[in-house]
Amino acid sequence: MSLNLEDVARIARLARIELSAAERETTRDQLNDILGFIEQLQAVDTTGIEPMAHAVDVVQRLRPDVVTETNRRADFQAVAPETEAGLYLVPRVVE
Amino acid sequence: MSDLISSSLRELSAALAAKKVSAVELAAVFLDRIEKLNPTLNAFIALDRAKTLAQAQAADEKRRVDAGATANSPLCGIPLAHKDIFCTRGWRTSCGSQMLANFVSPYDANVVEKLTGAGMVTLGKLNMDEFAMGSSNETSYFGPVKNPWDVSRVPGGSSGGSAAAVAARLTPAATGTDTGGSIRQPAALCGLTGLKPTYGVVSRYGMIAFASSLDQGGPMAKSADDCALLLNAMAGFDPRDSTSLERPAEDYTRDLEKPLAGLKIGLPKEFFGDGMDADVRAAVDAALAEYRKLGATTVEVRLPNSGLSVPAYYVIAPAEASSNLSRFDGVRYGHRAPEYDDLTEMYSRSRAQGFGAEVKRRILIGTYVLSHGYYDAYYLKAQKIRRLIAADFVEAFKQCDVIMGPTSPSVAFAFGAKSADPVQMYLSDIYTISTNLAGLPGMSLPCGFGNNNMPVGLQIIGNWFGEAKMLSVAHQYQKATDWHTRMPEGVK
Amino acid sequence: MSRTTQWEVVIGLETHAQLQTKSKIFSGSSIAFGAAPNVQASAVDIALPGVLPVLNREAVVCAIKFGLAVGATIAPRSVFARKNYFYPDLPKGYQISQFEIPVVLGGGLAITVGAGDTATEKFVHLTRAHLEEDAGKSLHEDFHGRTGIDLNRAGTPLLEIVTEPDMRSSAEAVAYAKALHALVQWIGICDGNMQEGSFRCDANVSVRPMGQKEFGTRREIKNLNSFRFMQQAIDFEVHWQINEIEEGRAIQQATVLFDPDTGETRSMRSKEDAHDYRYFPDPDLLPLEIRPEWIAEVKSGMPELPQAMQARFQADYGLSAYDAASLVASRPMADFFVAAVAEAGAANAKTIANWIMGELAARLNKTDLPVEASPITAVQLAGLIRRIADNTISNNIAKKVFEAMWNGEGGSNNNAADQIIEKQGLKQITDTAAIEALVDEVLAANQKSIEEYRAGKEKAFNALVGQAMKATKGKANPQQVTDLLKKKLGA
Repeated sequence: MSLNLEDVARIARLARIELSAAERETTRDQLNDILGFIEQLQAVDTTGIEPMAHAVDVVQRLRPDVVTETNRRADFQAVAPETEAGLYLVPRVVE
Repeated sequence: MSDLISSSLRELSAALAAKKVSAVELAAVFLDRIEKLNPTLNAFIALDRAKTLAQAQAADEKRRVDAGATANSPLCGIPLAHKDIFCTRGWRTSCGSQMLANFVSPYDANVVEKLTGAGMVTLGKLNMDEFAMGSSNETSYFGPVKNPWDVSRVPGGSSGGSAAAVAARLTPAATGTDTGGSIRQPAALCGLTGLKPTYGVVSRYGMIAFASSLDQGGPMAKSADDCALLLNAMAGFDPRDSTSLERPAEDYTRDLEKPLAGLKIGLPKEFFGDGMDADVRAAVDAALAEYRKLGATTVEVRLPNSGLSVPAYYVIAPAEASSNLSRFDGVRYGHRAPEYDDLTEMYSRSRAQGFGAEVKRRILIGTYVLSHGYYDAYYLKAQKIRRLIAADFVEAFKQCDVIMGPTSPSVAFAFGAKSADPVQMYLSDIYTISTNLAGLPGMSLPCGFGNNNMPVGLQIIGNWFGEAKMLSVAHQYQKATDWHTRMPEGVK
Repeated sequence: MSRTTQWEVVIGLETHAQLQTKSKIFSGSSIAFGAAPNVQASAVDIALPGVLPVLNREAVVCAIKFGLAVGATIAPRSVFARKNYFYPDLPKGYQISQFEIPVVLGGGLAITVGAGDTATEKFVHLTRAHLEEDAGKSLHEDFHGRTGIDLNRAGTPLLEIVTEPDMRSSAEAVAYAKALHALVQWIGICDGNMQEGSFRCDANVSVRPMGQKEFGTRREIKNLNSFRFMQQAIDFEVHWQINEIEEGRAIQQATVLFDPDTGETRSMRSKEDAHDYRYFPDPDLLPLEIRPEWIAEVKSGMPELPQAMQARFQADYGLSAYDAASLVASRPMADFFVAAVAEAGAANAKTIANWIMGELAARLNKTDLPVEASPITAVQLAGLIRRIADNTISNNIAKKVFEAMWNGEGGSNNNAADQIIEKQGLKQITDTAAIEALVDEVLAANQKSIEEYRAGKEKAFNALVGQAMKATKGKANPQQVTDLLKKKLGA
């Protein structure tokens, strides 16, 4: 399974990363190298093996339903690219 | 005061307690060294002399008014520096990326909170591979860190700034993080001692996530003894991290003086194959001989699936990273492209500009392996292999107390040697990655020198929650050897 | 397809119920409605680098309650997953939700479609219900042609409740939505406030020729925030789809929005390429374990469910299925009934039910008040019913007393009815001699009516009864008056 330029464009669009035409080609080659390397996993028989999503086998701890946070909007928005009237601003979204 | 820069944390603590030196004086010693040497090494990427000295002054005050507190917090007044992956309130926290080049964190990571709470003084923030993705520190937006043993060589990564800073005695100790070897590999390449704890022992809150199920913070210092003291302050349950484990507090120094007699060291056949360079093998073999001399026995063990750890890792880590790094979208913080036509372009361009090549590569790989139709073949498959890798360790530890082997297949390589070939670079972590997949603790400690007089690291892998045992095994070796006290010529 | 094809409508609903917790699902921020923008958006909610989620216990309790209420399976172990897509009101670039293993599986809701003789019963099966976090809000008002993002709502706990494609008309969809709306409020997990977005429905609508087995291509109508809009939107969508197919155009799977101003649905532009969500288990959250002991503990604290209560009302009080169902349509209504019965006794339950669904419901309806805001309390109504039962007043007089109580006479006193009866002298005349005297007076004054009655005009008798009741100002027992008149006239 190797990626072509359209695949790379589709993945880049999903990941929201702009790639120039030249970058797309390099990226295709590098991703194919990496995928080729990963391919060796397919040879392993994993029948009946439970996937391991976490490094430790414990269950989720639960937080009491208590309000602990206070308003820190000014601190947080000090590092924001664009705000107005307490809102984060982005280019107009058309629904 | 030149002996201060090579002092152990216990010695510094004693000097502070005896008022032979103040925290302010101590901080100034290191700040001056940083000023002198950092332009060459590029280990520090954020410094704030006034803030550091104010913190040192507060530590002096604390030692002055509260002698009891000093006894309980031996690290009070000792300087350290943080890998720039740890959010540090009021400090620019960049994660080595242009994306966060202007991000001043409004909060402290749990690790920072704990170490600051113990009275430690922050010297600054340390350079790293961008978002911890790299094994050479060449992916940092702020330029590569130079290895103090040879500035034409890499310090390793991703905690390369931490390793170089400690090795060059710009700081007595540093924090690091390890997702696939990022504490142990640079520790090996720079000749110091670094420890990655069992997953869940150190809180990940405030540690900018690379691959959440693998990331773990830990100490990097000159010796196992220093690491034990630091781990005492860093580790512990944090209710803000769901993966932080609720366990009773441990004193990681408790077994340091335990003799090695009877220790069973497992040597995985797979770690001693063709992949390792001859100079590394020679140093590791010599270290093992020393251990036998100290009363340990060695036994061959098998980790049959460890060869799959690198490919499995390069599915799991990029998958998690691709999602973890989605928050960097230029909306609430971070880089926003100056020009764009619409929202999608703002996202795509901000991210294209804000992230470097390796980060983009991993995001794309991760996006692909999670995408529709490929999830089972890649992600699920890799997770199943992850379980096989972890199960190998369970079997191996039935035969031994600790596992040993090389940390890295080679000593520090020259800049550019592997940067053009991602897969070659990924294989730098071939001996370290399996412990992250299994969640096990691991260490690297200096065990000699290889080609071009570059340091070689010995890796110790402990059983789950075997930090104290690992530290004891390392400390006993360091009592018998002096590799860990060596200092690069160029920074003397 | 010819224009004579009979079409079958297929509808499945996805409902987002905002859970009634104090804090968010993964952070300690308040979820109170109406705060200034972004003041309830903590480091976790705005997804600062390095922050992590920790699950709110109460959100899980809400999910367990719901699972129990719909007879579903509660997963002993469920998993939180990340749903990845970029949108400015989604700070992490992914939503934490549940995908492969949700917390609630199966179950269903019995609904009644229509009313009276044409009412039909139906069981709507649920596929699942899962816990997830809400997104923030995008405000499109003019900020120099830009969109403003408020993240106060980001991280609000939601239970997404998904049905099987079981509904066959907009009326069924609305009946289900109303039943679900009542249920989530009944068990106290959601305030049901549709204006504030606490209860939002998405409808998956498709059509197929009657008898065809395969489903048609569906379109999803997003964010229906009133039952009326739901009906309108589905009806519009169904007509549109049928028309498209009949015109020879295939339906494309799409997400559409309903515009209440035009009454039309239209395709959304912004989420076109968001279909590859790259779900995977969230590595920041561990599996959610729910042990049987926890379920038992939650169960013991739950109120009697509407269906059980309905069955009990029918069995214990002899109420009709329709009456009992009406009383359990909402928790406050049922509470009112139960409180009144507790006060007036089970023997009067049927009368109470009649009064609640008759006089009280009419008044509440007219004044647009919910039953919990009724000026007449359950205890006051019970006091009135007791006086009917013990013949102190007639049904007609009771209506007068009810009117007075509604208008606040008798205040908030539990014995308001007695006070009004006393004060206005409404007590029924039961003294036979007194009534007989009155009847004699009426007969003496209405010779003409007597003659007409004797000539066979039934109406004339009714007029005589009317006269007699008028003379007693309604306080006589009408049956007693009738009997006496008949006796006197030798009938």
